[in-house]
Amino acid sequence: MNATRLAVSAIALAAAAGAAEARDQIQIAGSSTVLPYATIVAEAFGENFDFPTPVVEGGGSGAGRKKLCEGVGESTIDIANSSSRIKQSDIDLCAQNGVNDIMEVRIGYDGIVFASDVNGAEFAFTPADWYNALAAEVVKDGALVANPNKTWADVNPALPAQDILAFIPGTKHGTREVFDVKVLEAGCKSTGAEEALVAAKGEDDGKKACLSLRTDGASVDIDGDYTETLSRIDANKNAIGVFGLSFYQNNTEKLRVATMDGVVPSVETISTGDYPVSRPLFFYVKTAHLGVIPGLQEYIDFFVSDDMAGPDGPLAAYGLVSDPELAQTQAMVAAGTPMGPLN
Amino acid sequence: MTDASAIRPGIRASLMTPDTRTRRRNAAEARFRLYGRIAIAIGLAALVVLMGSVLANGLGSFRQSFLTLEVHLDEKVLDKSGARDPEAMKKVTTIGYGKIVDAALKATIAAEGIVVEGLTDKDVSDMISKEAAALVRNRVLADPALVGQTVAFKVLANGRIDGYLKGRVTMDSAERDSNVSPRQLELADALVARGILAKSFNAGFITGPDASELRPEAAGMGIAILGSAYMMLVVLFLSLPIGVAASIYLEEFAPKNRFTDLIEVNISNLAAVPSIVFGILGLAIFINFAHLPQSAPVVGGLVLTLMTLPTVIISTRAALRAVPPSIRDAALGIGASKMQAIFHHVLPLAAPGILTGMIIGLAQALGETAPLLLIGMVAFVRDYPGGLFDPATALPVQVYNWTQRADPAFVERASGAIIVLMVFLLAMNMAAIVLRRRFERRW
Repeated sequence: MNATRLAVSAIALAAAAGAAEARDQIQIAGSSTVLPYATIVAEAFGENFDFPTPVVEGGGSGAGRKKLCEGVGESTIDIANSSSRIKQSDIDLCAQNGVNDIMEVRIGYDGIVFASDVNGAEFAFTPADWYNALAAEVVKDGALVANPNKTWADVNPALPAQDILAFIPGTKHGTREVFDVKVLEAGCKSTGAEEALVAAKGEDDGKKACLSLRTDGASVDIDGDYTETLSRIDANKNAIGVFGLSFYQNNTEKLRVATMDGVVPSVETISTGDYPVSRPLFFYVKTAHLGVIPGLQEYIDFFVSDDMAGPDGPLAAYGLVSDPELAQTQAMVAAGTPMGPLN
Repeated sequence: MTDASAIRPGIRASLMTPDTRTRRRNAAEARFRLYGRIAIAIGLAALVVLMGSVLANGLGSFRQSFLTLEVHLDEKVLDKSGARDPEAMKKVTTIGYGKIVDAALKATIAAEGIVVEGLTDKDVSDMISKEAAALVRNRVLADPALVGQTVAFKVLANGRIDGYLKGRVTMDSAERDSNVSPRQLELADALVARGILAKSFNAGFITGPDASELRPEAAGMGIAILGSAYMMLVVLFLSLPIGVAASIYLEEFAPKNRFTDLIEVNISNLAAVPSIVFGILGLAIFINFAHLPQSAPVVGGLVLTLMTLPTVIISTRAALRAVPPSIRDAALGIGASKMQAIFHHVLPLAAPGILTGMIIGLAQALGETAPLLLIGMVAFVRDYPGGLFDPATALPVQVYNWTQRADPAFVERASGAIIVLMVFLLAMNMAAIVLRRRFERRW
């Protein structure tokens, strides 16, 4: 049929043209935590420079790094956003696919906050409270027992007598990693549960057991994003959710934030290091694409400039805790220094 | 003489008085009708609740709050050299333009004599959308002669202020909200009273590009609509010829044997395959193997074509089968070849059915999100795609994207985008019905 032949040849022609045509916009993918910051910078970049606005995708830190490591060339992405540090396995994958040099850029810090319904009770937590509330096994009267705590007051008499119900990020989120390390592991150590678990199960299994949570419904993994956690709290006023600082700052009229170790989370307390639950945010640049993809160098320079990532910039206004060592990062980005081996 | 009903019980005495069995049968029928009505009522109620919540949330997004400002385009800030050289003027970023717009609002407040207790400079500048600076900058760069003049601009108000005018933000919530203060709301009241701040139709929502989370008020779905249109073009131009050719061959020419039976079963099966599977296939073939660009409508269109083909083939075959055999026999009888009989007689008669199936397939493809997740179309794109190979998003993807954003103003925009998507779907389905009504022939 004539139309078929026409359509097929048109597609073939178009495909050939597309392959020959150079990509002129930057492509970015990765962490959904870094995504809003990256879109803010991309938007301002497109407005103020003669280059097209970069295309920014979400998909998660791990997925972004994997895409970055798929190889060198126009059909692969230029930058991977990541809310956790790159892993040796990613670097190995990169090297295997010919991506030898990656530049690591730390853009700032992000806090993780614990918040409940705005009309609910006030909470002042410590990591130990969270461990005793959510862990599968806790230390009670010197012995290791399955978690018997029903209300927060059972965990710590200073807390309100409200049923324990926590919405925590699911395991595919970068946020969960921070929650595990900075809250559960810290609580496991300070309650003495780690010692007891290591004594009972051996070094490795005992440490792993610190991270195993109770399965009676008091702790709920949220695999969606923070908007899902927020709507769950809306439906269930007794619950406590785990959020990113910037999300909380955009929804302060609906959420009441809890203190951790007596510190209220804010951009200031996180930048001074007083608030314990925070993490650095990164993006990773494929250095082989610098100078090939137009505007890539300008974009990363612009991202870490004081106008954007500085303490008075739009990223800080959105909730990013600006990096005190930003000047070093700027120099590194300007020089295009690739990262060394992981330490 | 014995009574007839006494001898044969169950036979009614009169046609006028129903007996127990008839009553039971009638009651069963009445019950069945009631169940039917209940089922329809439940369906309608669900539809009303769904549409009601979407409309209630989303209609607001078509109107947006604008500030009308007299902006003095200060030469000292915008063009220090005074040469009106566009290259030099580009050095002034939106940060510089933002200050000029802030100054304009401050001047307006002073000129109108508005006094609000404890109003800070930051409060004033946060009244205006960050998009305003970009708007002014683009206007000035397009027409450098404007520098030095005072020009009236209609700029977007901040999303929270817009929320206040729409009732989403209240004085109570502003007390607790770190992004807006009650002082700003008082200022907004004063500006509304003087006609400087007002809601009007927001064309930017339909034609504009997406915006970052700092300026939800500026987010639009122009790129999503364009991207969807490009994809539908690809789907139409590929799946119509391929689908129709395949169906004609299968229906009219192919021998009936095990192999064609197998193909037939597979086509019906493919129609029921979850669409995400086509996305995985698209990623593997079109992007990783053929090296087509990511986020491009051409890849989206190809993936959706694969997904739509079974639907098109099934409906085309049904349309061909509905043409009575007597037409074919008559054509063959007067000496037409098989191909002539099909192309001159059968196909024109089946065309309305084929087109209806095609439109329904397109509508299905238009609403599809899952396969696009994998090929990079769920992205933040701000440049209008000039062709099939430029990055773009799609309408359903834009909805998905906006529901994930932190700022509550995006809830309204997501619902607004759903309304637009539904209007498109409704229009396509209406077209299918009209086509069928007008051109369908019955024998």
